[in-house]
Amino acid sequence: MTTKILELPPNLPKSQNEEAGASKFCPGCGHGMVLKTLAFAIDELELKEKSVFGCDIGCSLLSWNYMDIDTVQTHHGRTTAVIYGVTRANPEAIGIAYMGDGGGLAIGAQHLVNAAVRGEKMLIVLVNNTNYGMTGGQMSPTTLPGQRTETTPYGRDCSVTGKPAKGAEMIAAIADSDKSYVARASVSNLRKLRSTFKKALKNVNEGGFSFVEVLSICPLNWRTNNVDTWARLQTMEEFFEVKEFVSREGL
Amino acid sequence: MVNKLIKEDTKMFLTGNEVLAYAANAAEAEFMYGYPITPQNEIMHTWCKLLPKTEAGFLQTEDEISAGFSTLGGILAGKRAFTATAGPGNVIMQDAMSMAEMMRIPFVCAVMQRGGPSTATVIYAQQETRLTCYGGNGEGFRIVYSTAGHQDLFDYMIKAFNTAWKYRFPTFVLADGYQGKMREPVTLYDPASRGIKMVPVEASLLAPGKIGTDRPSNHLRNTFNMEEELMEVLDEYAVDFAKLEDEISEYEEYKADDAEILIITHGIVARSARTAIDELREKGVKAGMFRPITLRPLAVKPLRAAVSRAKQILFTESANGQLAQMILEAVYGLTTPYSTLYKMGVGVTGDDIVEKVEAMLKQPVTV
Repeated sequence: MTTKILELPPNLPKSQNEEAGASKFCPGCGHGMVLKTLAFAIDELELKEKSVFGCDIGCSLLSWNYMDIDTVQTHHGRTTAVIYGVTRANPEAIGIAYMGDGGGLAIGAQHLVNAAVRGEKMLIVLVNNTNYGMTGGQMSPTTLPGQRTETTPYGRDCSVTGKPAKGAEMIAAIADSDKSYVARASVSNLRKLRSTFKKALKNVNEGGFSFVEVLSICPLNWRTNNVDTWARLQTMEEFFEVKEFVSREGL
Repeated sequence: MVNKLIKEDTKMFLTGNEVLAYAANAAEAEFMYGYPITPQNEIMHTWCKLLPKTEAGFLQTEDEISAGFSTLGGILAGKRAFTATAGPGNVIMQDAMSMAEMMRIPFVCAVMQRGGPSTATVIYAQQETRLTCYGGNGEGFRIVYSTAGHQDLFDYMIKAFNTAWKYRFPTFVLADGYQGKMREPVTLYDPASRGIKMVPVEASLLAPGKIGTDRPSNHLRNTFNMEEELMEVLDEYAVDFAKLEDEISEYEEYKADDAEILIITHGIVARSARTAIDELREKGVKAGMFRPITLRPLAVKPLRAAVSRAKQILFTESANGQLAQMILEAVYGLTTPYSTLYKMGVGVTGDDIVEKVEAMLKQPVTV
């Protein structure tokens, strides 16, 4: 009896760079899912030719050739500033700034806050995995209470470090509700993530400012197996409310 | 495209900061990103006041980090964009400047030096010379024009855009608070009237053409996986940068041919040196000046020739020898003795220089 092997090409979005090959992220990382979902949303809205993708430093930097759209790799925390620099100069462009929780809420927080206040024409995607992954798993602004990281080896003590930063809530409080879209989604529901990205991109295409925080997973630095990774993500979803914070009719 | 305001030669009485804004417009600059810091604010004030006529763009950013990086974004989007800063702003903008250095982005920035270190004074200094030439975590692959007055500011700001876009190294107009704030007559002109053609700009992001059919997607990278991969790139940069000395280095000599005492200085201090030299020459002292205009790259050959001819050298700066450090490296092996007149963060007057030179005549320096 001969075995027939079916060759099924992967279902890649057009906005994803086929030539980049397999994901460079760690096994089990959430970034690949977030990027692929984003690429599908760009495809659906036919925004590929107008989009500029900026990636931060940290794990995000590995996305520098992930998309089949024009991309610039920047410095840690500076992606927001580079991308609104692009869209100010070229108002037709759909600017996408892609970063982690450290890049967005710590080292680049001033750019995030001011981009939101000014209503810059861009989408900021903040992938929240509650730690600095690339540098070896230190505490980040979103590290959960009690979570062990390299710099909180006995668990995050909120009486010393403060409580985890809630990015979407902060941006919702300062962004102009007439032209902003602010949401938190999770890699636990990619269908929902895709519709969230679509609304966010549509809002940018209409001249608005969008912020999407995506709860994601980091099994390597969390030192979790599949079951525990999923459980941790559920804990995160209890702590960080998954919902739309600012939206408007027609998105 | 922007509307150019200066169509024919126009003599005006302006502050240096105003001159820089007019120069950027004359160079067809389309966008300024900036953050307030004294003593460079009037560059953006003037730029903003002129916007209805120029139809250019401006973004007031949240800090100089943003001003630097958003300028990079604007340039990558294909605009002839620029920024300006000073002092602590120059310090935190080094982050963006090093990205420009690594990615060969034609970044243009006017630096109006103020006192340092730290917040220090808001008025004047030459203490950002080293920072502007060699700042960031790089190798100083930067082009730096040091100006000595308002005509220089106009001429070299225009030139900076062309140099940056032609050679794709970050390019600086290094001036100071005195030049920024004082008024003097200056002739503004349309660069075309002097035969200056602006180097065309092009977009690195969203360039014309459909991705996949007309062109591949452009992935601009500044992080390398392997050490050797980085060195290969930087070795090429070093070769390109080394060629610049012959192509773009500039200097000014004033009565340097027969100078026995050669004053080496740059920027506004060169103006004091001229006054001093005229006074000394009247007294029969053979004094002269060598002033590098490009601090990066230095005009090393004429510098070494001038130093070789002189009997004594005087370095004078409103800093503690930041230029002298670079010059001494460039004249390695020459034995002309030198003395120094450094006033950190304070202007050097003609009288200061005359007094110093007269002391050097009485008691010649030996090292």
